[in-house]
Amino acid sequence: MKKILLVVAVAILYVLHQDIWFWRSSYLVFGFIPIGLFYQGCFSVAAALLMWLLVAQAWPSHLEQEVEEADTREDAAR
Amino acid sequence: MIPAIVVFLYLATVLYIGIFAFRRARGKEEAEDYFLASRSLGPFVFLFSLFGTNMTAFAILGSSGHAFNNGIVTFGLMASSSGLVIPLTLFLIGTRVWALGKKYGFMTPVQMFRDRWECTHIGTVIFVVQAVLLVPYIIIGIMGGGTTLYTISGGLVPYWFGGAIVALVVMSYVFFGGMRGTAWVNTFQTVLFLCFGAIALVVIGVGMGGFSSAAHAIQASPMASLLTRERISPYYFFSYTFIPLSAIAFPHILIFCLTARKMSQFKKTVIFYPICILAIWLPCVFLGVMANRVTDIPEIRAKQEARRVLATQGRTMEPEKRDELREQSAGDDVIMLLLQRYAPLWLAGLLGAGIMAAVMASDSQILALSTMFTEDVFAFYGGKTRFGEAVQVQTGRLFIILITIFAYAIALRAPETIFELAIQYAFSGYAALSPLLVAALFWKGSTKWGALAVTLWTVLTVVAVAALQAVVPAPAPGPATILWAPGGVEVLSRTPGGTAVFGFMPVVPMVIGSTLLMIVVSLLTRKPANTTVAKYFGGSR
Repeated sequence: MKKILLVVAVAILYVLHQDIWFWRSSYLVFGFIPIGLFYQGCFSVAAALLMWLLVAQAWPSHLEQEVEEADTREDAAR
Repeated sequence: MIPAIVVFLYLATVLYIGIFAFRRARGKEEAEDYFLASRSLGPFVFLFSLFGTNMTAFAILGSSGHAFNNGIVTFGLMASSSGLVIPLTLFLIGTRVWALGKKYGFMTPVQMFRDRWECTHIGTVIFVVQAVLLVPYIIIGIMGGGTTLYTISGGLVPYWFGGAIVALVVMSYVFFGGMRGTAWVNTFQTVLFLCFGAIALVVIGVGMGGFSSAAHAIQASPMASLLTRERISPYYFFSYTFIPLSAIAFPHILIFCLTARKMSQFKKTVIFYPICILAIWLPCVFLGVMANRVTDIPEIRAKQEARRVLATQGRTMEPEKRDELREQSAGDDVIMLLLQRYAPLWLAGLLGAGIMAAVMASDSQILALSTMFTEDVFAFYGGKTRFGEAVQVQTGRLFIILITIFAYAIALRAPETIFELAIQYAFSGYAALSPLLVAALFWKGSTKWGALAVTLWTVLTVVAVAALQAVVPAPAPGPATILWAPGGVEVLSRTPGGTAVFGFMPVVPMVIGSTLLMIVVSLLTRKPANTTVAKYFGGSR
């Protein structure tokens, strides 16, 4: 279930990248940043937060264990 | 001349870092130590070096130039999409490749493909395609170095000499330092352009009298569309999200994934990659757009005039004249021009060094090519067994000298635009190769024939797009030239910026075609032995 939610979160963020809703707006946030640029800047921060979530919730630690086990076997064989 | 002196000091520092790294590794002549820094890089160096490896001259010069002519869309198009896709591929693919490299001793992607699909010569075909797509990067790096030194020195350092110096410096630290030297130099460079990007933003902003007035002036002018994304179609924007798939398929990025000491070192890289992209690209794109408001730099006014003539009279012009105007309106040097106008000389030098850092990103490609040649060709065809590991490392070093001389010789003769185009094709080509990695790591049923089909499809489509764009000249800004529209459906058209298939960039059908070919051909052909499949999937959960 957790993995499905994370996949959905990635898909949602991918869709949110296509922000057609600000396509033609030249509104200036804080009086100088075009809203389209501001939105994509915030998108980058959201991408970092999603990556943090992925690392925290879906880190492939079994790969690390496999490598450690292989190293241990190799050391024992020596 | 002061900025040029600062840049030369920077080059000396870079050289020192590379040689210092070499001294750390002195006494060892093992291939894994030279080509992969003994898989020992720590989290800080791994993050900044991997990021720096992926930042080419385009990140600073090209992004601001693209934004100068196309507006804020540049950031969403090239930066924020990469901020999502690249760390995701590092998380899913980079970690798995690292684990396999650690377990089975792989040093190149082709070694893994050969083992995973039980193939020999198909691996060599993949090596050749990867190498051919990588060479333009090295050439463009040397060209960028020559141009930057020429501009920074006010023409005192000729192009041929600047290119030679950059080629020599890069060759030296890659030659002596190998992966360790390259990684430390990349880390230094990334920190440099992260710091100086922010400084450039502040200095230029103050010089322009604040960004608020400039932004409002653009908003009230006919250039207001630069503050929106009107100049790019949503189809094109969507297509561009396929381009970052190329990053993980680039051999220099994948080989770099093998250098981490522990897999946990990917964590910080995955999380902070979007933030690093934000920190570098946002100021560059913003400054590129704001440069349109600068009225007291004649070179920028000349670019705007060329752009205006192209937009208003381009349709009636000869293709050669249109190309000439396109070149005149190109904004790759707007950041440099803004710095020369608004920054004090010493700071312009430091910032120039930051730009040189981005331009010199070709070091990783040179090392990757050398690693691939020595592992996938020299060692694979018996050189390592016959002559030993020390000779293999020396062969790698010799290869570095030869490839640098070759790239420099071409950089002196060929026009830069050719290689800029080649790099665009390379991005699409590597994106089309990315299904190889996904299939190798996640699909038990994939076969070597599927891999060969993907590789040949990539070659075919890259050549087809290049040939089409060479034969059919780019139209003026505005509607595309429709080349094939059966039943009124626009299938193929030539756009001002390239080619469109059903309105999408060619990379979309290229990646979809690769994926389908991998599936269909693999289903029809014989799978690798169960023991081989178990080696890759047996222990995974």
